[in-house]
Amino acid sequence: MSIFIDKNTRLIVQGSSGRDGSFHSEQMKKYGTKVVGGVTPGKGGSKVAGIPVFNTMEEAVAKTKANTSVIYVPPPFAADSIYEAVASGIKLVICITEGIPANDMMKVYAFVKKHGARLIGPNCPGLITPGESKVGIMPGNIVKKGSIGVVSRSGTLTYESIWALTLAGIGQSTCIGIGGDQIIGTNFVDCLEAFNKDSATKAIVMIGEIGGSDEEEAAAFIKKHVKKPVIGFIAGQTAPADKRMGHAGAIISGSSGTAADKIAALEKVGVPVASSPTEIPKFVKQMLKTGKVERPKAAADSKKSESKKPKPKLPRPKSHFIIRKAAKGPLR
Amino acid sequence: MKIHEYQAKEFFAKVGIPVPAGEIATDPIVVRTLAEKFAKPVMVKAQVHVGGRGKAGGIKFAETPEAAQVLAQKIIGMNIKGLTVKKVLVTVAEDILSEAYLGIILDRATKTPVIILSSAGGIDIEEVAAKTPHKIHKYSVDPVEGLKSFQARNLAYKLFKEISQVRETTDIIMKLYKLFWELDASLVEINPLITSNAGKVIALDAKINLDDNGLFRHPELESLRDLDAEEPSEVEAREGGLSFVKLSGNIGCIVNGAGLAMATMDLVKRYGGDPANFLDIGGSSNPQKVVTAIKIILEDPKIRAILINIFGGITRCDDVANGIVTAINQLKPTVPIVVRLTGTNEEKAHKILRTVNLPYGETLDEVVKKAINLAGIAA
Repeated sequence: MSIFIDKNTRLIVQGSSGRDGSFHSEQMKKYGTKVVGGVTPGKGGSKVAGIPVFNTMEEAVAKTKANTSVIYVPPPFAADSIYEAVASGIKLVICITEGIPANDMMKVYAFVKKHGARLIGPNCPGLITPGESKVGIMPGNIVKKGSIGVVSRSGTLTYESIWALTLAGIGQSTCIGIGGDQIIGTNFVDCLEAFNKDSATKAIVMIGEIGGSDEEEAAAFIKKHVKKPVIGFIAGQTAPADKRMGHAGAIISGSSGTAADKIAALEKVGVPVASSPTEIPKFVKQMLKTGKVERPKAAADSKKSESKKPKPKLPRPKSHFIIRKAAKGPLR
Repeated sequence: MKIHEYQAKEFFAKVGIPVPAGEIATDPIVVRTLAEKFAKPVMVKAQVHVGGRGKAGGIKFAETPEAAQVLAQKIIGMNIKGLTVKKVLVTVAEDILSEAYLGIILDRATKTPVIILSSAGGIDIEEVAAKTPHKIHKYSVDPVEGLKSFQARNLAYKLFKEISQVRETTDIIMKLYKLFWELDASLVEINPLITSNAGKVIALDAKINLDDNGLFRHPELESLRDLDAEEPSEVEAREGGLSFVKLSGNIGCIVNGAGLAMATMDLVKRYGGDPANFLDIGGSSNPQKVVTAIKIILEDPKIRAILINIFGGITRCDDVANGIVTAINQLKPTVPIVVRLTGTNEEKAHKILRTVNLPYGETLDEVVKKAINLAGIAA
């Protein structure tokens, strides 16, 4: 088992003739995903990576019996593509597109809910159920089949964390990136609920970041409903307030949305929060074995490195690499 | 994107939200002329993108044109929370009978616009929200149906009893909601919304934050951007297609992806270093972006080392490696550049990097520690 996608996923790629759409159609197909069609208005009848392209979602769904769609359409048209997918009966829509206006997304979200569909994203890397199906842009070679559910607001940070798990021999049931925007279709709580019910998932890794209160809501949900071990990570501990850190959602406004608040909320409900992605596998192993994480050493480590000046232990750079003081820059 | 009070008030005036007469000035002499023209006491208001201008001394009342000039001399050039005041807004001073708060924000929890009102408006609204939350009213608007007049009227009754004031406020709420949608704003705010001695409801202040993702629909709004109010390196980065935030440390960070960039910075701090910036080169792997990124970081004289951490998904490591090599040849950096390139095409990338022989880290932790150590050597 898994969550949201599996070997029965029949996928349509919206925007399959575009640069990203065509590249990832091929990547997903190579991975083994059942990519049954693509949609680009005006390109109906053609093929991309051997996959038939249709003019409309309605036609594509009717001819292919698809149950899932993924969107690689540019931001001005992406909201319309979500409406089109839901209106044609698709119940699971994954939107990769970054940069959709929040005002569009508020209306889209209401429409998706009304039709009982699920939207993942936008501005997300998609999801993978290892060995069965990959939808989106995650690299397929970093995952390994197993029993850890991974859910994250980020893209490459998710890859880093999955890769750390895989290197440690820990496989995943499903890995899902929910997106870095302010308005997203599926949040942590939705994924925690699904992982909690999924018989193939034994523990959950949740990767959050600054901004909003999704992690706090997740903590409240975990306390009430989740019986499986959950391991956390929060990015943005050094982020300043009122500055958008890349993602539209990653902004500390006033005193809310800080990493410290989120870490405290998670630790309080028994979710150990790793201080580096590479620490996650260790935490997962301990949580599965004993139900808790031993950590006095980690705290001492960070204190030591803060109080003492870092000593260069590593070899000096190669001789031709001359290190001088930086030249004065033209600014300021 | 933030815009100034005077710019927001121009939008208010355009849709018919009452604001005091006012004009912008950069010179105390002009401030005096404007005060003479208004022939009334005026307010001189610093135009900077920070909250708490009043408390910082950036908003002053002037009885006479002479006083306005003297005050303007003090305010122009003043530093408020790190930003230098270049412009002031000169407005006719209104008599204030009461101060309320009215705002509309994008609420991520309900995924709707939320109207926030309080009869206890003014400079202490944050304190009101923290200490007496029952004085703050919140109303979530159905984004599909939009805001109906009766809903706005019900909200207006929370502020006023007098029917004329309720009507005026209903009109202001409807118009503010319209602006919120039409401008693709993430926040529109009036604090304070006052009643004058004559009983009129007036927006004494105006704040509008725009959703960066909505800007493509409003190319004309780009001209409202105040480049003086931004860090020059951040402007340069945006023009180069990079997401960049300047910080105070000395280890430059170049990463792909916002989450990984933040996590890398956090790790720098954890191992005893101090990140100089947040920089996300984004999903594409145009080598030129890498060159621009290195150039912008090197412009900061505090930099002691540059840390490049790439986890290639869409981003191809060989493209990044080519960018690094080009940057080294063009810019001849004198600080160490420590690199980790993992993922798509990493073997090709490593072959390319061999020509410049840079310090390398296999894992995230290793590359961060190496950068901190080398920054120590270079200091």
